[in-house]
Amino acid sequence: MNTDASALQLVLAVDPTLVAIVLLSLMVSLSAVLIAAVIGIPLGALIALTRFPGRGMAIVALNALMGLPPVVVGLAVFLLLSRSGPLGSLGMLFTPQAMIVAQAILVTPIVAALARQTIEDLWEEYRDEFAAMNVGPVQRIGTLIWDGRFSLVTALLAGFGRSAAEVGAIIIVGGNIDGFTRTMTTAIALETSKGNLPLAVGLGIVLIAIIIAINALAWWARRTGERYAG
Amino acid sequence: MTENMRPPPSDLPIAFENVTVTEGSVTILDRLSLTISPGEPTFVIGPNGSGKTTFLRAAMGLVAPTEGRVTWGGRDGVSPHKLAFVFQRPVMLRRSAESNVRFTLSAAGVPRIEHDGRVAELFKLVGLDGLQKRSARRLSGGEQQRLAIARALARDPSVIFLDEPTASLDPAATKAIEDIVRTITARGVKAVLSTHDLGQARRLANDIIFLHRGRIIETGATSEFFESPRSPEARSFIEGDLLV
Repeated sequence: MNTDASALQLVLAVDPTLVAIVLLSLMVSLSAVLIAAVIGIPLGALIALTRFPGRGMAIVALNALMGLPPVVVGLAVFLLLSRSGPLGSLGMLFTPQAMIVAQAILVTPIVAALARQTIEDLWEEYRDEFAAMNVGPVQRIGTLIWDGRFSLVTALLAGFGRSAAEVGAIIIVGGNIDGFTRTMTTAIALETSKGNLPLAVGLGIVLIAIIIAINALAWWARRTGERYAG
Repeated sequence: MTENMRPPPSDLPIAFENVTVTEGSVTILDRLSLTISPGEPTFVIGPNGSGKTTFLRAAMGLVAPTEGRVTWGGRDGVSPHKLAFVFQRPVMLRRSAESNVRFTLSAAGVPRIEHDGRVAELFKLVGLDGLQKRSARRLSGGEQQRLAIARALARDPSVIFLDEPTASLDPAATKAIEDIVRTITARGVKAVLSTHDLGQARRLANDIIFLHRGRIIETGATSEFFESPRSPEARSFIEGDLLV
């Protein structure tokens, strides 16, 4: 039996090991994206709508942070959470929580930078109307986020793509422990190095299928939403 | 908006006292002094670049004078709350037509319990009944302009500024807008419009402000302006000559 056939068999048989790995991967990536959304969207809105000294530098820094090297983030989080580190007492190293923290750090700049651009563009468009309507700051921010929701979903998808495909940071802070911190990407790396190609390929197929399914769902939601809301 | 005639609006008269607006080295409005009084519509006319839009924005308080001052009902530096503005190309929020109006009602502090009634009244007034649930951005140009007027009227204004509201609209859509202006004028709302359409000014205006290169060339009653213009610029403009 060749590698592809074995991989397909694993996927179709709903192998429990594979299912556990997939669920953990989704939990880690989606949690990281959720945290990034909670921090990144308001941060992006704040930078888009306020003027302060050094704003240009802040935008450049935020854009640059989109390219943070995962292994460097992993190392930084490892040093923070290791027993001798400042947050060592939390006992989070080599747990899924540590992996979520590392991925949230990677994804937040992506969400914040894309949200800033979206909200700033929308603000340019709405500025005169808001001034004429005497719209207050809270309603203004809420409206810009709501009206930019379809573009913000794209920002979240970009963040999800980054976290779902990421391996460098979570392998350092998670340790790739079987049944506890093993995700699709870390498992693919491990199984490939062990020569267990069927499982590695099977996980690769599932990973790509999940990313396509989530993007397809978001595309459908965007189309449907735009039809009614414009 | 209430059905009955309102008491004299408190934000009127709007007085320009030697108002100059500059942008960089360009003078957009040049030492304007005039008063906009309650009553029938006032029209601001003039060629492109004459300063019509900036004039309306200054009267609304959206543009601060570089020199001079604008007062509303005798108040200086007070942010006018009962003024509304309809832009030449109004921007529709990305939501339904009805939600666009509800948004303005919320921004104006109208209690939520009154929203349904106000929305129904405003859609009827601007002739958009039945289109409440449609995406605002999918309405036609004329419908969007009428929705923008409904949104402006949601503020229950005493003065409404309309910046070339019928530019690029067909005759039917133009007539619909003109009918709305007549209706709201009858209800006591002061309308101040800018336009290139001299026919429209003849049909609707009570008085004319004629601008050219940021300066007031002529002001006066509509009939007087069209029948016996005092300035060569106004004469040329009325006769359809190219005024540059």
